[in-house]
Amino acid sequence: MHSPNSNGRDTLLAVDGLTVNLTLPQGTVVRPVRDVSFELARGEALGVVGESGSGKSMAMLALMGLLPHSAARQARRLQLGETDLATLPDAQFARQIAGKRIGMIFQEPMTSLNPVYSIGRQLTETMTLHGQATARAARARALELLERVGVPEPEVRLRQYPHQLSGGLRQRVMIAMALMNSPELIIADEPTTALDVTIKAQILDLLAELRAELGTAMILVSHDIAAVSRAVDRVAVMYAGAFVEQGPLNDVLGAPLHPYTQGLLRCAPKALTPHGGGRLGSIAGSVPRPFAQLSRCGFADRCPLAHDACREGEPEMRAEADQAYRCVLDAERLRVFDWADTTDAAPVADTDRAAAPANDTPILSLDSVSCEFTTRRGVFGRAHHLRAVDDVSLGLYRGEILAVVGESGSGKTTMARMLLGLQAPTSGVVRFEGRPLADTGNRDRARQIQPVFQDPYSSLNPLRTVADAIGRPLVVHGIGNKRSRRDRVREVMALVGLDERFYDSYPGQMSGGQRQRVAVARALALEPDVLVCDEPTSALDISVQAQILNLLLDLQARLNLTYFIITHDLAVVRYMASRVAVMQRGRIVERGATEQIYTAPENAYTRELLASMSDPLGASSSSGAAAPA
Amino acid sequence: MSTTPDALVERQSTHDVDTDEALAPLTPRQLLRRRALSHWGLMIGAGLILALVLAAIFGPMLVPHDAYAQDLAGRLAPPVWAGGSWDHPFGTDHVGRDYLARLLVGARISLTVGFFAAIVGSVIGVGLGICAGYFGGRVDQVVSYLLTCQLALPQILLAMALVFLIGPSMIVVIGVIGVLHWSYYLVVSRSAAMRIRELDYVASARAIGSSTASILWHEVLPNLRSQVIVIFTIEMGTAILSEAALSFLGVGIQSPTPSWGLMIAEGRQSMFFEPWLTILPGIGLFLLVMGVNLFGDGLRDVLSPGGKN
Repeated sequence: MHSPNSNGRDTLLAVDGLTVNLTLPQGTVVRPVRDVSFELARGEALGVVGESGSGKSMAMLALMGLLPHSAARQARRLQLGETDLATLPDAQFARQIAGKRIGMIFQEPMTSLNPVYSIGRQLTETMTLHGQATARAARARALELLERVGVPEPEVRLRQYPHQLSGGLRQRVMIAMALMNSPELIIADEPTTALDVTIKAQILDLLAELRAELGTAMILVSHDIAAVSRAVDRVAVMYAGAFVEQGPLNDVLGAPLHPYTQGLLRCAPKALTPHGGGRLGSIAGSVPRPFAQLSRCGFADRCPLAHDACREGEPEMRAEADQAYRCVLDAERLRVFDWADTTDAAPVADTDRAAAPANDTPILSLDSVSCEFTTRRGVFGRAHHLRAVDDVSLGLYRGEILAVVGESGSGKTTMARMLLGLQAPTSGVVRFEGRPLADTGNRDRARQIQPVFQDPYSSLNPLRTVADAIGRPLVVHGIGNKRSRRDRVREVMALVGLDERFYDSYPGQMSGGQRQRVAVARALALEPDVLVCDEPTSALDISVQAQILNLLLDLQARLNLTYFIITHDLAVVRYMASRVAVMQRGRIVERGATEQIYTAPENAYTRELLASMSDPLGASSSSGAAAPA
Repeated sequence: MSTTPDALVERQSTHDVDTDEALAPLTPRQLLRRRALSHWGLMIGAGLILALVLAAIFGPMLVPHDAYAQDLAGRLAPPVWAGGSWDHPFGTDHVGRDYLARLLVGARISLTVGFFAAIVGSVIGVGLGICAGYFGGRVDQVVSYLLTCQLALPQILLAMALVFLIGPSMIVVIGVIGVLHWSYYLVVSRSAAMRIRELDYVASARAIGSSTASILWHEVLPNLRSQVIVIFTIEMGTAILSEAALSFLGVGIQSPTPSWGLMIAEGRQSMFFEPWLTILPGIGLFLLVMGVNLFGDGLRDVLSPGGKN
């Protein structure tokens, strides 16, 4: 039954020339997935890495036959073991393949479990649905698998409903569900994106263990190379709908060939290497929308190596040892190429990162601040108290970048809202330059402290043009007249690197990175001293994140700003912050200079956080070994 | 797969040179226009409304008869298709007034009352809804209580009582109908305001130093507009029917002003002998309300595909 291919490998899944044609509402046809080919051996794990819009999820949906009605797939070959998936009727696919030979794990554990059925019913149903197992056997299997994926008290969990489980447990249940019928292949689409850092690492390690133990092949789809590198042995990098590079994990990450892969790896801040004072490499521009049809290299617009040959037809995949890449250039030429030469390599002005804060009064400080939320059901219901921030004292000194790290629910966003005056503390005082912030009027506060929020899609009013949004603070404060405001808006736009052609654009017409630039520009319009950034880049693609982080550092140096950054991303913290405070369940458990925290963490929770980080490139970018910490 | 990749390439490469470029996204406005033009219900509804509005505005000027001029000698003249003359194409009523002229003036009344009553309702409903949704807590509880009370009231009965107490006139009818039709606005704008309240652009407006009133006016209200427009058209249909009902019952528009409901009521006595007296205003009412409802449903489909901008 097994069919060893030319390499002598035992091929499980063979995909050749997979293309998806998607009909847009306006009638045009685009191809979000173009000519994707790969082979997956039994028991092998492939990581498919790409930024949003690169077509990675669409490719997996096409494999599973789950495409929306407006999309159609075509392929030269689509074979699972001996079965030809391309010609298999949908009904037969659903009965014989989906859930049985291919298991699927989705991104959102909140929504991929049905809230009205118990965990037990949903697990056993996958086996009993087609009558190939009795209810008793299915239950036994469910118990065994829940135990195996590390769900405590599986007997109790079987009777529980999805809302009674945490996100991490739900994702474990999803994994157990995918394993119920002992599939040969598991496709996991961003299985850890919705989870906290420590849980994320646990889930990926679990997937790696299960693969070793059960010999199940896996395709892990993610935007996060570092995360994927924990659990796969081959990587494929996707860009603009096509694979641009694939090969063994260590080869691709250690010696990437395609310029995009090289750039992408340089873009990601490293959690495990100290900040060297240099800038992150960034890839100019943003991920393109799906192409109708491509007669040139998809990356040519953003590629520093692009030349005429790149615009004469899309390059073919070229093999180089175990690696394959899609570029017109030879591997030798690509190996000697260095991104650092192409981005302006001027180091970010390094404002004494490790230095202890000066001894003057902090510009913004929390004095044993607590914040409690009271919820009650109905008018007379019993009050339920939740302490989001618990007796926190913290000072922010002029000119520094202070980062607060913590997982979701640790109270860091509440802290940011208190600093912005959006939330009054239950007890304690927030001080601005020594005076209580509550005594400062809204207007005065706004001139000193401005926010940058996480989600560039919700932080801009969709009905207001870019110029309106940036100029709004000036209008509210009655600064200048129409003409001077227009000049100021142009000035700030130039400051954050926004092209003037966006002046009259609506947020809906812009990419995530451009929107985040607008949000930063709006925050800068009043020339504040302090920016409170709540997860400023976590909603952005890696290459765009690097652009925004570099922008924030440049602005800090140029305008002498003070940043209060809140994030869950330890790599971003190490790149940006001069001081770090680690937050857990409303309390600050450890604080200190960045390098000190990263090299010699004292608190157990901090150590756990750091242990969950993996750096795809290990300690240095040339070693090429994947070294999880 | 009927199309091979090569066939597809060939077909597309015959287009202009730029087909391989990333497709520029259409602006929201262009997308909206495309969706609107391809929506049949919306187009039919819009056509009906447009025709009736034009008829209501210009019709009375074109018809040679005055809607109020009585001609007792020529009373109850049948319409053309029932053996009448082209002088009065829709016949005359029981005091000899030209029925076509009266129907056209009636359209004015229906449209005016419907439009302004829906405006009154929207101001009350959206105002309360925004406050309830944005402030939440006690404000929300009080407003929700008001809503419960409003939903428990027998509307036509109350409208009759109110008009009867205040005295019938068009303004009173508009006011009473508007005051009784705001629950739908409230429910929708309340939930939308609750959602918008949590969005970061509201937080950032607060951080800028905007006052609460300015946030409600500049950030929340504009983002309700598509929902409110949809409800507005649907409520306008309801208001037109309510006006007809009140007028039919004698507590709405008063004779001699020709409201369609009143005309149906007046024609009712001789319904079996001069059926056009009730059927014609009935058809007018049907066409108008159907047009408004088709338009409203179409707008809902077009403005909120999947609820996203």
